[in-house]
Amino acid sequence: MTTATLSRWNRFRESFLWYSFKRDKVAIVSSIVLLLMVFAAVFAPLFAPTDPYDLAQIDIMNSELPPVGMPGADSAFPLGTDAQGRDMLSTILYGTRVSLLIGFGAVVLQAALGILFGLLAGYLGGRVDSILMRIADVQLSFSTLMVAIIVGAVFKASFGNLMFGEIAIYMLIFIIGVAEWPQIARTVRASVLAEKKKEYVDAAKVMGFRTNRIMFRHILPNTLSPIFVIATVQIANAIISEAALSFLGLGMPETQPSLGSLIKSGFDYIQSGSWWITLIPGLVLVVLVLVINLLGDWLRDVMNPRLYKG
Amino acid sequence: MLAFLVQRISQAVLVMFVISVIAFAIQDGLGDPLQEMVGMSVSMEEREALREELGLNDSMVVQYLRFAGKALQGDLGNSYFYGKPTLEVIAEHLPATLELVIGASLIIMFLSVPIGVYAAIRPQAWLAKFFMGVSTVGISIPVFLTAIVLIQIYSIGITIEWFPEDTGWGQWLNGALTTEGGLPSYGRGDELTHLFGTWYSGFFSTDGLMHLVLPCVSLASIMLPLFIRLIRAEMMEVLQSDYIRYARAKGLSAVRINFLHALKNTMLPVITVGGVQVGVMVAYTILTETVFQWPGVGLMFLEAITRSDIPLIVAYLMVVGLIFVITNTLVDLVYGLVNPTVKLTGKKA
Repeated sequence: MTTATLSRWNRFRESFLWYSFKRDKVAIVSSIVLLLMVFAAVFAPLFAPTDPYDLAQIDIMNSELPPVGMPGADSAFPLGTDAQGRDMLSTILYGTRVSLLIGFGAVVLQAALGILFGLLAGYLGGRVDSILMRIADVQLSFSTLMVAIIVGAVFKASFGNLMFGEIAIYMLIFIIGVAEWPQIARTVRASVLAEKKKEYVDAAKVMGFRTNRIMFRHILPNTLSPIFVIATVQIANAIISEAALSFLGLGMPETQPSLGSLIKSGFDYIQSGSWWITLIPGLVLVVLVLVINLLGDWLRDVMNPRLYKG
Repeated sequence: MLAFLVQRISQAVLVMFVISVIAFAIQDGLGDPLQEMVGMSVSMEEREALREELGLNDSMVVQYLRFAGKALQGDLGNSYFYGKPTLEVIAEHLPATLELVIGASLIIMFLSVPIGVYAAIRPQAWLAKFFMGVSTVGISIPVFLTAIVLIQIYSIGITIEWFPEDTGWGQWLNGALTTEGGLPSYGRGDELTHLFGTWYSGFFSTDGLMHLVLPCVSLASIMLPLFIRLIRAEMMEVLQSDYIRYARAKGLSAVRINFLHALKNTMLPVITVGGVQVGVMVAYTILTETVFQWPGVGLMFLEAITRSDIPLIVAYLMVVGLIFVITNTLVDLVYGLVNPTVKLTGKKA
């Protein structure tokens, strides 16, 4: 096995992807920042000074302390505290974890839906294609955020506040995944249409393989690079959508905050001068989304796949 | 052309039908109208009689037909909270949202065209690169965050004391970075002018305009980068085409080529994409209105969700759905009219 992994590593080191990565400063810096953020978020319990989910560690007397460097700051709370006395650094680390989890989960779901429907629409064509793509068109014309808001609103109205809070993380993955599948489905369909005409597909057909096998084993691997590019950008979109839903009160509850609900809960205190409760998580959100978008741009330039325009 | 017209309109009707079915399902699945109407003391028999009288025991199809029939006559029920017809409630809140959208669109139009054209004509200029960089960052900032930062800077104000006060430059930098604040960040103000019907406008008083500034800038900030990039991309493509090279060879002035010949063909795709962005705009108005407590339909919708005001939620969905369908159909038709290469019948290529 060692030789196989070594040769794979060598192949990667000699690939164009690695070559262009080494020459792109923006890509290098973005990926370092992203890796650091993901690492800090995944191992949040190790790095965070306190556990924001543990009520025993919170003291209301410590509420609304400013970050270090401002008058009245406490060095135990480097980024200050929020209105409930939670350490901002810890809540942000845990919040980034929740945001990343939802973003990643939603993209896995939409990729599954998008690949399935995109393959079906592209390969089978005909009526299946026109029905699926019409649904995608209509859903996209409503804008994915709007669909997510409406679905979230209906869920919230039917489950009630308390129940919704408990299952919010799964709900958000579901809502965002379902709202954004057309993006990936269209990309997959476009590349399937191009692949379908190639000889290897004809060969597979002549050899008598079943449609399922041709779709998933032969065509799908050749459409992966555009999927990979668009999925990267979609993670950033999903994180923004999650933050927007949480900001509207249709997302994560304050007891288990994501970056969006941190911004929302801090917004109530901005008029009293406590800007850090809302603006520091906001900055983290922007940096996270920005580096993912920059990496996505770089990937698109390198792989140059036939992306669906618009 | 007629076939195209019929096809697009029948598609619009179909989409509207699906929306109404979804709205009906929400209304049916979420609330029991009986619970809203009668108290705890009413007996089971009376409830059952009332149920029969209201037609709640009819089959789903009959109930849906009744719902659709009423909806076609402009009756979407009464709001639980406001106690009056839902469409009336929406009509009261709609002008506020429209003014927000108009203000933001004006900002987008007057900024995106010059910046986009400039970035296309001089792609290597540092100012163009600066604009493109800002727009990449701008796309990554969610609209509510822009709004919060704007409130902090222009409404609350910030005091900067990072630089030494005793030096001239330090004092100047501190002064330059410190803002007074003072711009209103809440609601529409009191000085609204009555135009007609339910339309009270903030465009005709200083106070009303001051209240419009921050929400409109926030809403514009999220759409502006998109339009700048779009105009730049389309314009650069047009500038490569043969007729522009011919015009250059003929010796026409650069201004005439860029703004008369090229811009015309640039704006066509921009207008269609812009029309489709209405849906995105509605979603962003909900966010903007939440931040600024702007009394428009978006905020009304969110409040209806927290109050479980089902008829109002359903009416909002129907109205917004109708707006989407109408704008999308119009954009399609206009595009078919101005661009004869669009396949008029049959499927999209």
